[in-house]
Amino acid sequence: MLMQNVERPLVEFIHVNYSAGGTHILKDINGTFPEGKITTLVGPSGAGKSTLFRLCNGLSSPDSGEILIKGKSIKEYEPIELRRKVGIALQSATMIKGTVLDNLELPLTLQGKKIDLVEAGDLLHDVGLDKGFLHRNAKDLSGGQKQKLSIARTLVNKPKVLLLDEITSSLDRVSQHDIEELIVKINEKYGTTMIWITHNLDQATQIGHYTWVMMNGEVIETIESSLLQGSKDERVQAFIRGEVE
Amino acid sequence: MSYLTLSLTLIFVLIPLILSRTLKLGLEKDTLIATVRSIIQLLAVGYILQYVFEADNLIFILLMILLMIGAATQNARKKGAAIQGITWKLFVTFVFIEGITQSILLGLNIVPPTPQYIIPISGMVIGNSMVLGILFLNRFTAEIENHEDETELILSLGGTPKQAIHNQLITSIKASTIPTIESQKTIGLVQLPGMMSGQIIAGADPVQAVQFQLLILFILLTTAVVTSIMLGFLSYPTLFNKRMQFLK
Repeated sequence: MLMQNVERPLVEFIHVNYSAGGTHILKDINGTFPEGKITTLVGPSGAGKSTLFRLCNGLSSPDSGEILIKGKSIKEYEPIELRRKVGIALQSATMIKGTVLDNLELPLTLQGKKIDLVEAGDLLHDVGLDKGFLHRNAKDLSGGQKQKLSIARTLVNKPKVLLLDEITSSLDRVSQHDIEELIVKINEKYGTTMIWITHNLDQATQIGHYTWVMMNGEVIETIESSLLQGSKDERVQAFIRGEVE
Repeated sequence: MSYLTLSLTLIFVLIPLILSRTLKLGLEKDTLIATVRSIIQLLAVGYILQYVFEADNLIFILLMILLMIGAATQNARKKGAAIQGITWKLFVTFVFIEGITQSILLGLNIVPPTPQYIIPISGMVIGNSMVLGILFLNRFTAEIENHEDETELILSLGGTPKQAIHNQLITSIKASTIPTIESQKTIGLVQLPGMMSGQIIAGADPVQAVQFQLLILFILLTTAVVTSIMLGFLSYPTLFNKRMQFLK
């Protein structure tokens, strides 16, 4: 059952296909991510969720079909412009060598600019990190702190879309809850459109406005998150029951 | 040295053969192959050099240099198989190094323009460049693989391919050139360089031998740094496509 979004679509997938190494990873993906909303993306491992993110951010290109951001094909964006508009935070929360400040400032360093220290402190505060962390070595942070810093770093580019790939999967329950609150806060404060891959169905339904369910490279359901449990699709129900890994 | 005297040096081959057999190291076959190959290759080179020196013809000199560059390219390319077009990148690098070195040496009259000088110096330059190329490619391909996350992080934040690969490139250039620089710091204290030892054994004045050795050492510094930098800057763009995507 495909939802009819009343909201304005910010990201649109139109008949998108993607293959790598002889494997058809994404099969005829169609759908929209509404502007200013949180869409959660769930599905078993290998469903193609992370690949879908790589296509949005321009780290890979589809074999066929179109991806539109604000109604404009991603092919028409310069890669750098696209990647600043569509930020991505990964589960690995990779840090470069150096301090928290070095990492936070990275998007600006790449443009030959410096971050304002007050702004840096405010950003850290926004993601729930103490301003005193700025001069700490990034490698000394905990997993949850790295995730928060990774999100703050992506926000430095002021993205229109924020892609979050399994950012809570390796965190303890308290850190997971912090990140959930943070996602809602960013969405409300900055109006950022968010697409969040999570393996946690409770997170997906409680935090998301909409949910996509993917399986074997296909989108099998796009639905309001609160209605996911009542989906009529047998495959979705099997996934909810944990029968599909 | 007569051939009879030379044949006595085979004692130095017998020693490892006997030890290998006694201790069952299994090195006999490789030792014999290495010995036979070195005898054939060096004697062949000796006769070819004798012919080229006597002929004193520019075409022969160029052919010898081309042969060295071809062999060096063939040898080093296996280490950079992951990099597109590595064969011509190595070839261009070796030609450039050889060209710049000989231009300075001959252009400034540092050595006479005779095959006796040009060919051995070319051999040292191209040989060293090949070793540096292999060291660089080994390290660079490992760095690319180990820091894939960092490369994609920088790209995903709006960095250029050059920014995304910068750290890996600099680390590899440094790592491959450091041995050359470090070995020059202790040269003469721990070991006498091969070329200088050879000249002294052949009866040359030790001070003159040192002067030539210094010349070679300085050339090798340039060779080391230029090879790594040139190969690095020729290689990294082929790791990305026009959409600035990292080609794994």
